[in-house]
Amino acid sequence: MDTQLLHFIIVTLKLVIPFAIILTFIPLLVWLERKGSAFIQDRPGPNRAAIMGIRLCGLIHPFADAMKLMFKEDIIPSQVHKFFYVLAPFIALSVASVTFLVIPFAAPMPFGGGVLSFQAANINAGVLYILAMTSMGVFGIMLAGWASNNKFARLGGLRSSAQMISYELSMGLAVISVIMWAGSLALNDIVSLQGANILRWNFIYDPLACLIFITAAFAETNRTPFDLPEGESELVAGYHTEYSSMKFSMFFMAEYANMVIASALIVTLFFGGWQIPFLDTNTFRTNADYYLYYFLVAAAVCCVILGTFLSIKFKKGRFGDKRDYEPLVFGVPAVVAGLAIFCLLVVLGRFPLPLEAANWIVAVCQIFTFLFKVLLMCWVFIWVRWTVPRIRYDQLMDLGWKFMLPLAMLNIVITAVRMLWQ
Amino acid sequence: MNPYFFYAFATITVLMVVLMILQKNPITGAMCLIVSFFSLAGLYVLLEAHFIAVLQILVYAGAIMVLFIFVIMFLNLKKEDLKTGRRPFYQFAALIASGALVTFLVVQYTKIPPVSFPESVAGFGTVEAIGSLMFSKYVIAFEVIGLLLLVGIIGAVLLGKKENHD
Repeated sequence: MDTQLLHFIIVTLKLVIPFAIILTFIPLLVWLERKGSAFIQDRPGPNRAAIMGIRLCGLIHPFADAMKLMFKEDIIPSQVHKFFYVLAPFIALSVASVTFLVIPFAAPMPFGGGVLSFQAANINAGVLYILAMTSMGVFGIMLAGWASNNKFARLGGLRSSAQMISYELSMGLAVISVIMWAGSLALNDIVSLQGANILRWNFIYDPLACLIFITAAFAETNRTPFDLPEGESELVAGYHTEYSSMKFSMFFMAEYANMVIASALIVTLFFGGWQIPFLDTNTFRTNADYYLYYFLVAAAVCCVILGTFLSIKFKKGRFGDKRDYEPLVFGVPAVVAGLAIFCLLVVLGRFPLPLEAANWIVAVCQIFTFLFKVLLMCWVFIWVRWTVPRIRYDQLMDLGWKFMLPLAMLNIVITAVRMLWQ
Repeated sequence: MNPYFFYAFATITVLMVVLMILQKNPITGAMCLIVSFFSLAGLYVLLEAHFIAVLQILVYAGAIMVLFIFVIMFLNLKKEDLKTGRRPFYQFAALIASGALVTFLVVQYTKIPPVSFPESVAGFGTVEAIGSLMFSKYVIAFEVIGLLLLVGIIGAVLLGKKENHD
């Protein structure tokens, strides 16, 4: 009974946590996009919204955005196909989040006599499952375009479907060389094979596939320079022209959810997934106490330095209200916490860890490494969006069919020859 | 295999396919077909054929149906275009034909002896198992299908080129 309950809890957590991660990432990415665009365009970006004078560099803005979108009037235009009009945003968001279930977050860990894998479903054909699910996302956009009964929306839907079909091919073909190296379609095998050594990660080992895949992922997620389905200079807002309130916001969230998934997939396939650079899982497990100790020392030092830096910035009368005290609110506790951790470490010294605890520490570290890599990859998406202009529609098609598709096929041949040579 | 799941998926599949035929609106029909593809994939999963299930979604729902809807959206049919004249003779003929088919199927179904499926071997339905079967036992069929698809692609390209020159 007890093990059954435990099993039930584990399965539930495995299903809930990926969704929770995506939903946490969305506001974070909206913030990152606004701040990132501001950084690239040399302006301060969002910094006004505050709760009790605390602004957190604009991180309060997503709350304000969410509140605003929730309380906006939800308009359903009179001439739309009601059922599909309402269904479309749900399809877009739910399909985007289902994909996350097969991504491995950490190495499988020995737990209670069995093995605990940090992956909701270890499907044998994991890569294919992801490709299938991402191709489902287009239905949300197409239905939105069709049901809106608006020529701009319909054009957006048409463009989106044509674009998806074109770039799906190069995406699938780029993955094939990775599958050939790994000899498996299961994502955990692909990550395990890449190992802790960065030089063996697929983005160095197979750079052409990586480039093609990233480019195709940009097109699949409708991000600039391939955001023609919502090109505002030609199509007002593309497929979501007629949407308002939370329905619009669901499309907006789906875009970022797709970005997170594309990044997670790129990281898993090409950037070593949960592998911590130059730190093997087994080495880490046996020496967990050593690494934990020095990690805590480094964290304490960072806390003290950052806290001092923040506290120095405090100047009374800069704004003339509660916002003046924001650096102190974060700076002083950081210094105190850093010093406390440091004293604790000095008093306790290095203490041995039980095996279970070591395993958990390794798993948590790997999860955070993975999420950090995903965040970095998302930053690449944002970076490209604010750097590269949108390309023309015929250029998009030419690039997809006449350049990337042959290149992806060539890459398969190159991989085959390299495998024969070894 | 849980029979409740089987009945749920089977009902959805049949219901959606029937709905697809009865729908006047082509897009609604296409969406019904997609849902039926999904429940069909669910049936494959119940049979432990995960690879086929994923391919079902990837190829049929993901690629072919997107093209279908793309074409339907391009045609941009209006309500007037969808109205067809009543043809009582055809309706009557269709009723008789489908009635005969249903009777035939029911009669045949009662004749099927109860089958017990063999236990699935380890590794059944995985990519490796299907791949090794395809490249050993069924290699000729596999190659012939590949050739057929190639012919299809070349034909499509040729047709597309012809239209461009005019």
